Amino acid sequence: MKHVVIVGGGTGGTIAANVLARKTSKDKVKITLIDKSGKHYYQPAFLYTALGEIKSESSVVRDESQLISKRVRLIIDEAVKIDPADRRVDLAKGGSLNYDYLIIATGARIVPEEVPGYEASYNFYDYQSALKLRRALESFKGGVIAIGVGGIPYKCPPAPGEFSCLLDYYFNRRGIRDKVEIHFLYPLPRPFPERSVAGVMMELMERKNIHFHPMFNIEYIDPKKKIVYSLEGEELKFDLLVMVPPHKGAKVVENSDIKAPGGWITVDKYTLNLPDYDDAYAIGDATDLPISKAGVVAHYEGKVVAERIAAEVAGKEPTSRYDGTVRCFCDAGYRKAITIKFNYETPPKKPKPSFIWYIMKMLVNKTYWSLVLKGWV
Amino acid sequence: MGEIKIDRVIDARGSHCPGPLMELIKAIKQAGVGEVIAVYSSDSGSKTDIPLWVKKAGHELIGVYEREGYTEFVVRKKR
Ligand SMILES: Cc1cc2nc3c(=O)[nH]c(=O)nc-3n(C[C@H](O)[C@H](O)[C@H](O)COP(=O)(O)OP(=O)(O)OC[C@H]3O[C@@H](n4cnc5c(N)ncnc54)[C@H](O)[C@@H]3O)c2cc1C
Repeated sequence: MKHVVIVGGGTGGTIAANVLARKTSKDKVKITLIDKSGKHYYQPAFLYTALGEIKSESSVVRDESQLISKRVRLIIDEAVKIDPADRRVDLAKGGSLNYDYLIIATGARIVPEEVPGYEASYNFYDYQSALKLRRALESFKGGVIAIGVGGIPYKCPPAPGEFSCLLDYYFNRRGIRDKVEIHFLYPLPRPFPERSVAGVMMELMERKNIHFHPMFNIEYIDPKKKIVYSLEGEELKFDLLVMVPPHKGAKVVENSDIKAPGGWITVDKYTLNLPDYDDAYAIGDATDLPISKAGVVAHYEGKVVAERIAAEVAGKEPTSRYDGTVRCFCDAGYRKAITIKFNYETPPKKPKPSFIWYIMKMLVNKTYWSLVLKGWV
Repeated sequence: MGEIKIDRVIDARGSHCPGPLMELIKAIKQAGVGEVIAVYSSDSGSKTDIPLWVKKAGHELIGVYEREGYTEFVVRKKR
């Protein structure tokens, strides 16, 4: 009997567990999933929660136990140390687990407190913060709203641009768009990392009268004066500031001997193995791969590692590899969205906003809990 | 560039846009005024992004050197 331990029951860990359960026999493989909260959040819904478009809690959070195959043993506890040399994971409530194969899917941790004055900002990077932002937006009657980034890398590169476009739509629907100035502060010289997409984002922002501030890396905020300052020496006075908080790897990674700077985990970009350990993998936001921190990456990578482990257990050479594919749908407002697709070898093509991609985005929001998490797509 | 002492080297080769620029920004944040940082980048986008950012942020671009398979950017923190 082989024991597979998965740490983290988010997008990547859950898909890996469900695909493994399907591809291996229960007489040969035991699967244990450790998650510190036992709750599964669909994070793209945070953005729509903040804008009041998603109100039902069950579209955002569900019990992990309802989402995994019955074969998977769920332990609700926090992993505090991972020792790949000893093939061991230590748990907060005491005790430890030994494994034959390990999948680390602990995601990213937001650390807004690393920006001085952060308490004057709002964000949509966890559920409670999204609800708080929703209330602030509902009572907003006019003035300057700034959307900025407190550190790179952060989850879902299009999210702050997408949020800015959707704010334009939001205030238009409320009939007070003319009373709101939207400012988009971005770390790079263009409003999106990939050049081909940046042009389209720029056109969208111009059309929606969103003021773009290039190379504005938030350094600190003065909560009393309501001014946000950039590392580049600029400043902006705001009435409401939405800041994508800085991100780091999980604490357990920082406490273990597997980390790269920032608490991320170095892995082989194709096999997702930790260097020197062909029985240990890391997937999703937890890695330091130079690609987007996105659910779609965790999704594809979760399938790859499950297939690799299933092959090894069956005594076959694992052939499944991750080719760097990222595909996402970015809502541009007014029921239009763009799609961005690329991989390690091919950069994204210039996207075009369309109603079809908007429908696709809404479809993913709906099918996430069933088709996506089960690993059927 | 013999007489310039480099205080920190960031090897961002293999990291795609905007990796090298962001690594430089992080390093500048941590460095003291007057320190010199060298960034190695194999991403062609760095050739426009890094000089643009250094100028905007008010630091000094000491030099851009073509090496074998990558470019080296040497930057002094000025403020
Ligand atoms: C506002 C927003 C919008 C987004 N929009 C999109 C989008 O449109 N498209 C897209 O593809 N992606 C999107 N994303 C990104 C996507 O949600 C994440 O990239 C994805 O969830 C990453 O999956 P993961 O499995 O790596 O980590 P997560 O899903 O974050 O899961 C990590 C899990 O690990 C657990 N954990 C952490 N540490 C421990 C520990 N020590 N012990 C036990 N358990 C632990 C956590 O409890 C959590 O359940 C968005 C994210 C946000 C915040």
